[in-house]
Amino acid sequence: MRADLPSYELTAPGSLAGVLALLDREPGQWTPLAGGTDLMVLFEAGKLELKKLVSIWNLAELKGIAESPDHVTLGALTTYSEVRRSAVLQREFPLLCQAARETGGIATQNRGTLAGNIVNASPAADSPPALLVYDAELELVSAAGSRWVPYHGFHTGYKQTVLRPNELLSRIRLPRATGGARHYYRKVGTRAAQAISKVCFAGIGWCDGGRIRDLRIALGSIAPVPLRCVRTEEVLRGAAPDGDRILAAQEALAGEITPIDDFRSTARYRTRVAQNLLAEFLTAIE
Amino acid sequence: MSGKVTIHCTVNGEPRRIEAYPMARLLDVLREELQLTGVKEGCGEGECGACSVLVDGELVNSCLVPVLQAEGTAITTIEGLATGEALHPVQEAFLARGGAQCGICTPGMILAAVDLLQRNPHPGEAEIREGLAGNLCRCTGYMKIFASVKEAARSRK
Repeated sequence: MRADLPSYELTAPGSLAGVLALLDREPGQWTPLAGGTDLMVLFEAGKLELKKLVSIWNLAELKGIAESPDHVTLGALTTYSEVRRSAVLQREFPLLCQAARETGGIATQNRGTLAGNIVNASPAADSPPALLVYDAELELVSAAGSRWVPYHGFHTGYKQTVLRPNELLSRIRLPRATGGARHYYRKVGTRAAQAISKVCFAGIGWCDGGRIRDLRIALGSIAPVPLRCVRTEEVLRGAAPDGDRILAAQEALAGEITPIDDFRSTARYRTRVAQNLLAEFLTAIE
Repeated sequence: MSGKVTIHCTVNGEPRRIEAYPMARLLDVLREELQLTGVKEGCGEGECGACSVLVDGELVNSCLVPVLQAEGTAITTIEGLATGEALHPVQEAFLARGGAQCGICTPGMILAAVDLLQRNPHPGEAEIREGLAGNLCRCTGYMKIFASVKEAARSRK
């Protein structure tokens, strides 16, 4: 069923203020459209129920990667290609670059944006686990002002977020606190490019003398939301990751994730893979 | 409801003025309004790369671009690669190495290869595979396609 073209509106106010004014005038009525790699797929399939779209693709205010002493701040429209090319991200936040590299093919990476990946709120998205382990913060702007919220907690349920109907995600901020960390990312899917994950795992950890001083773990495709696995982290924090401890952590992980059977994989397989990736992560950071 | 809008862009070096619904896919506008039927439709959902074009020098799937977002851009399709009768070196390499079978994926493959060689003039095998990973060939003629890209890279030396 093809989309009925005349029934869709798409407007391009050309400035952030113009977009925010529109979102404020008719809250919840307008859907921001960036690179289109998610929305245009639904549109062509005749499944895009939202009929009023506002293009934000050309907004200079939402572009660019800025460095300050404490943060690297990414404009909402930062594409996967721009993430891959960024020297500071490669150096300090390599999991984000790896996630970008394994999302779609080059054409998708040239148009897909980090903010789109976040706001589309798919539990199978590849950049959210990396953003979660890097303690990302999001700037949500509206005509009334702006607020920063932690990314951990942004997703409140399947496709549900704390974003208000008149708000737009404008920037993503990463604290520059990854010094000395070991980084691990692995996407398990049918194919490297153009395949959606069965399980996606991101983790960073700091080890001292055989013990894990601190760590953060997040997974995709194993819960209704991209999930930071805090209970599993608790089992491992301060511990030496020996055989028994790894088993205990794997058990905690199985209790924390809630994977489902779907056309891409099964709950049982996803649980096993998540546990195996956890063991591989712990071996990698030692 | 919305009406048609006027879009100004440059297609294969020529300034164009297009009347279209703002959500019309760039793919459909190129094929139906501008008769550039070298742009192919495969999946219509950004998976196969048959509709690849270059927008402002970057490889994109034209099935996922609403034409309103093409305002002010410079677009290159497969029809715009040759210079007069002289084929682009990547097109020559695909001919020389048998890089095309049924031909549906070929325009996208060639544009993805042009994009790759712009960014990386001498790619290794893994880099070629990654550069073309978004382009599917259902004849599964990938080996000759990779050989064509290597040939094109060699011919640029």
